[in-house]
Parts: sequence; C-alpha cells; structure tokens
Amino acid sequence: MAANSHGKTNGSTRWVGTRPVRPDGVDKVTGRARFGADVHLPNMLVGKVLRSPHAHARIRSIDTSAALALPGVKTVVTRDDFNDLPSEFVPAGEMLVNYRDVVRNVMAREKALFEGHPVAAVAAVSEKVAREALALIKVDYEVLPHVLDVVEAMAPDAPLLHEDMITAGVDPAPTTPSNVAKVVEFKIGDVEAGFAEADIVIEREFSTQPVHQGYIEPHSCIANYSEDGQAELWCTTQGHFVVRGHCAKLLGMDVSKLRVTASEIGGGFGGKTVVYLEPVALMLSRKSGQPVKMTMTREEVFQASGPAAGTRVWAKVGMTNEGRITAGEAVLKYQAGAFQGSPVQPGCMCAFAPYDLAHVKVVGYDVVVNRPKVAAYRAPGAPQSEFAVESIIDELAKRIGMDPVELRLKNAAKEGTKAAYGPTFGPVGLVETLEEAKAHDHYRAPLKPGQGRGVASGFWFNIGGETCATLNLGEDGTIALVAGTPDIGGSRASLCLQAAETLGVDVERIRPLIGDTSTLGYTFLTGGSRTAFASGMAVVEAARDMIRQLCERAAKIWDIPAEAVEWIDGEARPAGSNAGEFEPLSLADLARLAGKSGGPFVGRAQINAQGAGPSFGTHIVDVDVDRETGRVTIERYTVIQDAGKAVHPSYVEGQLQGGAVQGIGWALNEEYIYDDKGRLQNPGFLDYRIPVCSDVPMIDTVIVEVPNPTHPYGVRGVGETPIVPPMAAIANAVDSALGLRFTDLPMSPPRVLKALGDARVPEAA
Amino acid sequence: MAKAHVTTTVNGDTVEFLCDAEQTLLDVLRDELYLTGSKEGCASGDCGACSVIVDGRLVCACLMLGVEAEGLAIETIEGMADGDQLHPLQTKFLEHAALQCGVCTPGFLVAAKSLLERNPDPTEIEVRYWLAGNLCRCTGYDKIVRAVLDTAEEMRGG
Repeated sequence: MAANSHGKTNGSTRWVGTRPVRPDGVDKVTGRARFGADVHLPNMLVGKVLRSPHAHARIRSIDTSAALALPGVKTVVTRDDFNDLPSEFVPAGEMLVNYRDVVRNVMAREKALFEGHPVAAVAAVSEKVAREALALIKVDYEVLPHVLDVVEAMAPDAPLLHEDMITAGVDPAPTTPSNVAKVVEFKIGDVEAGFAEADIVIEREFSTQPVHQGYIEPHSCIANYSEDGQAELWCTTQGHFVVRGHCAKLLGMDVSKLRVTASEIGGGFGGKTVVYLEPVALMLSRKSGQPVKMTMTREEVFQASGPAAGTRVWAKVGMTNEGRITAGEAVLKYQAGAFQGSPVQPGCMCAFAPYDLAHVKVVGYDVVVNRPKVAAYRAPGAPQSEFAVESIIDELAKRIGMDPVELRLKNAAKEGTKAAYGPTFGPVGLVETLEEAKAHDHYRAPLKPGQGRGVASGFWFNIGGETCATLNLGEDGTIALVAGTPDIGGSRASLCLQAAETLGVDVERIRPLIGDTSTLGYTFLTGGSRTAFASGMAVVEAARDMIRQLCERAAKIWDIPAEAVEWIDGEARPAGSNAGEFEPLSLADLARLAGKSGGPFVGRAQINAQGAGPSFGTHIVDVDVDRETGRVTIERYTVIQDAGKAVHPSYVEGQLQGGAVQGIGWALNEEYIYDDKGRLQNPGFLDYRIPVCSDVPMIDTVIVEVPNPTHPYGVRGVGETPIVPPMAAIANAVDSALGLRFTDLPMSPPRVLKALGDARVPEAA
Repeated sequence: MAKAHVTTTVNGDTVEFLCDAEQTLLDVLRDELYLTGSKEGCASGDCGACSVIVDGRLVCACLMLGVEAEGLAIETIEGMADGDQLHPLQTKFLEHAALQCGVCTPGFLVAAKSLLERNPDPTEIEVRYWLAGNLCRCTGYDKIVRAVLDTAEEMRGG
C-alpha cells in the first residue's frame, strides 16, 4: 500500500465525532482571548469617522482646516486621499464586489448615499480629541430626495442613487439609468404547462425587513503603516486574506507589503467579510506615521455595516389534489443598499431547491436604495425566498388536509434531483430530516389550546474554495496546526480533531493557530459554511503529506523501500512480514530523530476545495400567541439537519441552535425603523431587540449524517442552513394557532394585534 | 480639565488611575488598566458584555463613570479563576460548549456568578431572566443555560 494513501477513514473514527474541550476555550472563559479592540500599540492614535447625517446628498465640499488645527489632531482623510477605481467585480464571501463601489462605501465621493456613510476621518491622540475634531469638519451638502423601499426604488420617477446605472441582464439593454442594477432569471421546464397540471394554485406576496447580523463585537482594527511602505493590520474579520486584497487595492500597495492578522472574532455571520474601517485606518496611519486604532460604536454598526437585504417576494406554487407539486414561480426584489450586489441570485437559486420539480421559474431584481450596503448574513438571500415558498407549501398542505411533512416528503429533492439552478444533487439529507421530524416526539406531542405548530425545511449550497494549511512537527512529537480561516465558532477544535484522526495521534498533542497572511498561502474567508469542510480537507491533506514524509523517513532509517512502510495508529510500521522486522517508530520517535535522519517535518496543503455538500434542515416549532398583547412566544423548537458528519457534535448543535434563534428574531421582532428623512431610529440593542435568554426555550437538535462523499470524513457545512427555515416555520405555526397567514415580517406584537383586529377575532382566547 | 485621581480595588488589588470625567469604568478598565476581558458591545447597558461586580452588585461597566469607582471593590472576569484553578462556571462553560465566538462569555460568566451567589438553586426560568441582560448572538442560549444549571447543581453537591 502506498504511504500517501494512508489516513483514510474506514467508517469508524477515534477522534472525529467526539467532544473535547476546544483548544481556545480557556482563553475565552478567562478574558485572555484578544478580540479586535483588545490590543493597544505604543504611540497609538485613535481614529474616528465623520458620517453623513443625510440619507442622500451631494457633497459639494469638505473643509477640514479647523479640525486639523485642533491640538492633538494628527491627520484627516477624505475622498481626496483615495484614488478612484474602475468598475471590476471580484469574489468576496458568497458575493461579488466592485472596487468602484468598495472605495465609495469606505469613503463617500460624489454623494452620501445613506445615513452613516463615511465622509471623513480623523486620527488624534485620544478619542476625546478625535470626537472634537469631527465636529469641526465642515461639509457642504446638497440634500437630495431619498428612497428606502425596494418597490418605490424601482419606479420610473424614483430618486436615482447612481446616475449612470444601466440595468444588467436585460436584452436589449435599457437606454435610461435606474436603481435596478441587475435582473437574473433561473428556469427549468415550462411553468405555464406545470400550472396547467395543477388542481390548486396559490400565489401570494411577501415582505421581509432588513435585519442586522447582530454580532456582539463591533468592527475594530489597528493599522500600523511604516515609512518604508509596509504595513501591519490587526482586525476582527472573517477573512484576513480578503481584507488584505481589498486594502492593498484601495491603498495602492503590493499585497506582500501588507500583513494582516485576524484577531479573535466576536461574531460575524457574514457581516465581517467586507472592509469598512480597515482601509481608512491604514490611510490615517500612512499619513500620520503612527499606529491608528479604530472601533465602531454600536450605533455606527447599525447605521453603516451591512444588514441582510429587505425584500419583496411574489411566489406561486401549483399542486395536484394528491399533493404533487407541479410548478413553482417567483419574482424576488431585493434591496442591495447603497451599492449593487444584493444576494438576490442565491435567493433565486435556493427558492425551490428543497423540491424535485419539473417546472420552475424565478426572476430576481437587485435594487439599490438609500440604506447601508447589504452584507452576507448566514445563507445570504435564502431565508427571504424560502420563507415565501415554505409558507405557500404549508398553505397547500392545509388546503388538501395533508400533513405538511408528508407533503414535503412526497416532493422532496433527493440524490439525482436536478435543481432548478442547474446541478444534479449527489447524496443529500432532506428526506432523512423529514423522516426524523415525522418520528420525533415533538411532532406528536399534544398542543395546548390556542397554540399552533409549524414546520418548514431549508436549503443552503455551502462552498469550498482556496485553502491552505500547515502542520509543523515539534521536536517532542507535538504539532502546531496553522490554518487561514478565522475561527468564528469552534472550528479550531474541528480542525484539530480531523488532523488527530488522520495522523492517529491524541488531539491534545495538536495546538492550532490562525496564521496571518504572511504565514500561509491565500486562503479564502470563513463563510459559506466552508471552514470545517475546506480547511478540514486542507488539514487532512497536510496530515497525509506529513505521513508520507514520516513513512519515507522510517524507510530510510530501516533501509527499506518507502512503499514497505505504513502508518497505523500514529506510528510507522513495516507493511507486513516481507518488509522486515522492525520496532514501530512513533510520531514522537521520528520527531526526536528528525535532525539526525534528514531534517524537520512539515505537512502542507494548498487546495481548491471542491464538492461542498449542500445541507438541508427541517424545523418544528410550537407557538403560543397572546391575543391581548400580540406577542408570539416560542414554546418548543426542534432543529433537524444533515451535517454529513458532525466532527465536534457540540459545535454543530451550537450552529443549529444559534441559527434558529437568529431566525426567531428575524421572524418575530427585528427590523430597522427609519424616519421620513431616511434616518435610522433604532440603532441600538434596546430598540433593535435581538432575542434575549428569556425569550426562547431550549432548542432541541437532531443531527442527521448523510456523508458528503467528497470529504474524507463526510463533512458538510452546517452553519448557514439553520437560519433558513425559522421564519416560515413560525409563520406556519402562527397560522395553525390563529388561522391567520402572515406574509410580512416581523410578526411583532403591533402587527399581530392589528391582524387579529382586522380578522375580527374575539380578544379573549 | 485635569484628570481625576481614583483609588479603587480591582480583583483584590489596590489600583490607582487617572481618568477624564467622562470616561466610563469600562473605558478605564480597558484603556487605562488594560483589563480587556470586559467587552464593549453597545456602551448603552443593553448587551451585558462589560458585566462586572462592584461591591457585590452586578453592573454594566459602561454605565458607570470611572470616577465613581473611588473606594469601591471591583471584580472582573480576570479575577474569576483562583490562581490556576478555573471557577466551576468557567469549567462548565467549556464542558458544555457554551460559547462560540466567546466575546459575550466574560459578561455571561460574571453575571452567572452573581446569580449563583444569590441563588444557589435557580430554576431554568430564573437563569433565563437573570441572564436576559446579556446578549449572545451565537449560541441561542441553550448551552449557556445548561452550563449554569449544571454548575449550580455541582456547587450545591460539592
């Protein structure tokens, strides 16, 4: 057996699937872990941003002279400090970004396009002085009419955000500009023929509000630009290589001259995949010659960092009386915020993905509005479109009196299903999650009077991509694992388990580190639920590389061919009696002999991970509606999801629980409230209320494992799918409780009360 | 304006610092004393990431001025472990995987410690309401609540 074929799983695992304490755990329970804002450098300045008070305004002039004259102010930057960049689309997270827009989002140029849009920034000896300086900057604005709503923004007479924006994806191209950046379409079969086969057709319009990722750690960074043109950047990010690329582009630097270190990250959920402060801090540091630290306030996080897109979705589904879905159609209108690039495309692709359908058509519109540019938020685009479709599926089931899980089982996508967006699914676990739901105690438990139960399924693609990893063998046989994907929820634990499994050594002997951008090759960011999968694959590859070297070394020591050595349970052994009689050489033995036998051992991998397995989930929720206050209480919640293989089951459960509770917030409470001038009225956690501990019950989880054949241990990404089903599951449960179908989110107490009043439901339950 | 001179006790040690009148206790802990375990998530008392114990009372360090700390005893996350012995809550949070990103964790631990000092046998509902001032966006609270209940049980039995 060739040495490099070792380390494959045979189905039973020693480490993968166990629940050790995470390697970074103690630092995080003692306050020792260093997050974005936890670092101070000698001679450091504090940077602050001046932001537009207007939702839409032309910037006639900016006068910074008084600010610069204030003692303690070291420098000021404005649009004049950043070169304009041409229109060019590059991947960032699960979206594409355009540098023409990135440079404008970081610092407004011609116009301020949303309240909170950066207009200038100062670096000063203290935060106090920096704040005083901001008040001295004079900006001459010409206030323009603004537009916040996606449908209003599409109207022919709407205020134009970008006077040169011509809708892409329309043939022939329009001759006049509009706020519609792009139109996309996905179809399979012939929806008209499909609807003709249907006995029942339901169509409805839905709306969702923008919601913020709500990470508890605000954006923060420290830039240290040296006189020789090199710079270091410390920041909280989901992808420091992506930050390096964006900053180098905006600052006109070689990427090799910018070393970016990812701090511990206090939540991201997609929102820390883009740059806001980082290029500004670098520019302030370049101009001042001193390190500059910048941290957003919570208000700035809400005003100026990316929410998930607010949407209008029209959807239509046809079904036979026997429960066979014959066709699905949808039109999606997604807010992009101030610059194009909403996740409407993945929204289109995911809308009907849970179903095996012959006829599907989905059209999506990417629309700019005077709000902060949207950023990825956990399965970007999917929750909004699947909310619409999963609500109609529930209504169809109720119409024919069929169990909603049964209806989904009858139509579920499975291995071999051709998805409307193109690919044919390999092994996927939707049917398994539905079977688990049907069999679950929760699904059969009796409800109290007035309560309702709802079910919904959800889908997310998951991604792979460029990934590097290194394993450095120490002289005592312990290992330093270096990965390039910031650990946002326990991935270091998962990577160590996969390395331990492959090498056959105790997981405690492996210490992980997220390397900076100079220690590893380009590694795409933590997003798309790719880290346990793609960095996992890279770590397994690196372990196999090390095993190959270890076997070759043992062969050299024993003076036998490398092919005659195999790696079993963490040691090199002669492969069978023909190879000769030798005492096995353990990892520690070989590490100790390294210097004398040929040099150190470093296992490396640089891969472009392919074959990320999609993940399906099914959620069951029971709600109770208070008919006097309109409050919807989550009484019981169960998440069932396919993880492929749960490497560290506790952290898989954590993803399922956390995603579900974010979905509960999206469904019931979270929304941005603007005044008539386009100013955000609730930029804080008091008025933008995310779920708190007393709002939710325990979140039960069931992990289904349908292995992903492309990963050595069968791993699929799990982080994003859990936020997809909750909105529809809860709307379906509220409908079961009240007989009222909510199509607009959030189902907050005022809206529920209004709907109860409109339906003339007696107040006393 | 000249800075104020403040003498206080932090995690049992006498500490002196100078601070501006408008600096919060959290600013002082983080930026003057470099005790960065207490986090700033909101600066408005809504997220609880800066939870500390002041003279036995659980408070948000962002809602108290540094000058108000004169003569008081402050306990932060940095003082929670006893030397190299983790507090049982810290151990249980690790065992239960009650953290993901970990930025809210110091605040939850300090708040939970304060709860167990008052109520060694809390119900799930009592834990949930006591911790309702601490926001966590990663975990959905499930494993946090379990870790606190398990710690309480262990400390009662211990």
